[in-house]
Amino acid sequence: MDFVDYYQVLGVGKTATPEEIKAAYRKLARKYHPDLNPNDATAKAKFQQLNEANEVLSDAEKRRKYDQYGKDFKHVEESAGARGQRASSAGGPFTYSQGDEDFSDFFRSMFEGGAAGGGPRGAGGRSIKFRGQDIAAELHLNLKQAYTSQQQVLSVGGRQIRVTIPAGVENGQTLMLAGLGGPGVNGGPAGDLYVTFAIADDKRFRRSGADLYATVELDLYTAVLGGEVVVDTMDSSVKLKVAPETQNEAKVKLKGKGMPVFKKEGEFGDLYVTFKVKLPTNLTDKQKQLFAELAGGAA
Amino acid sequence: MSRAEDLISLVQFCDRHGIEISLLHRLHDSGLVEVIRDGDTLFVRVETVPRLEKIVRMHIDLDINLEGIEAISHLLDRVELLQRENVALRNRLRLFE
Repeated sequence: MDFVDYYQVLGVGKTATPEEIKAAYRKLARKYHPDLNPNDATAKAKFQQLNEANEVLSDAEKRRKYDQYGKDFKHVEESAGARGQRASSAGGPFTYSQGDEDFSDFFRSMFEGGAAGGGPRGAGGRSIKFRGQDIAAELHLNLKQAYTSQQQVLSVGGRQIRVTIPAGVENGQTLMLAGLGGPGVNGGPAGDLYVTFAIADDKRFRRSGADLYATVELDLYTAVLGGEVVVDTMDSSVKLKVAPETQNEAKVKLKGKGMPVFKKEGEFGDLYVTFKVKLPTNLTDKQKQLFAELAGGAA
Repeated sequence: MSRAEDLISLVQFCDRHGIEISLLHRLHDSGLVEVIRDGDTLFVRVETVPRLEKIVRMHIDLDINLEGIEAISHLLDRVELLQRENVALRNRLRLFE
């Protein structure tokens, strides 16, 4: 538990007047307020520190105690615990979603319970019900996982949240899970949880929306004479007829064998297969002779 | 979803947040929030509440005037769009790493 210099946090001297403290806090709060710095953990941490500093320095009694015991706060911890003293808040921090968990151990040791007694209040001392903080999380899935609906457990802010991921989510797509964000303040509603999906491409498939693209190698003889190849799909494999004289880079569409369409049950994209004709190597003399005959015939 | 579930009354919102209803009217006049009239009662859409709460925090707590909020809201929309693009691009980049 480190000593926190609240004067330094607010950038004011030890003799600063309440007005100077208020002005300094307001100026820095505008800079670091989480509403103005979305998804910025550094700004959030700084804002929490500002709130804590303001909570103490804007309250005459807390400031006196801090000035008196600040560097010896460990002794205060013991005596405060013995007295069962409760801190009161007068004109506390600006509201956002700060709860006790947002105050440092140092603050708790000094003032026993963070914002207890006052709770979050607006600049005018009014008690406000505020919606909790929205939380952003990133969830990594592979393409196979994105293919089917499934449940995953997310660890968010120390809580384990079970979420159902609909089949067909896309890379970079964000889902809002209402009410699963930070808890509300003063009885306000909880914030929302925004989950952004990071889906790695499969080695076998390239994805574009709900459609999948795959390349399948075809030996020369099957390409020329026709035949069958087995093509992998996301959930199984299919036997595909190859027409005689199939050209290199020829494409075949397998309808409904792509990814599920997001939140449209039973709808699937298509799988586009591109044939890559592989030429034979290490030919025997006999084979070379036959190819020569073919070439002669063609000429 | 019924209309009642889509909307929250201005009076209820203001009461809950301890703000004057005139602030909502000014936000409506400035185009930052859409206020809906149904009979004699004024409402805001439920889905706009998080944005409205953010605006209220900026105005009340940070002392930012409505013109400032308008500019900030625009910039925040851009920031969030860029952050989403950034996440998507980083995800794609991972494929080549």
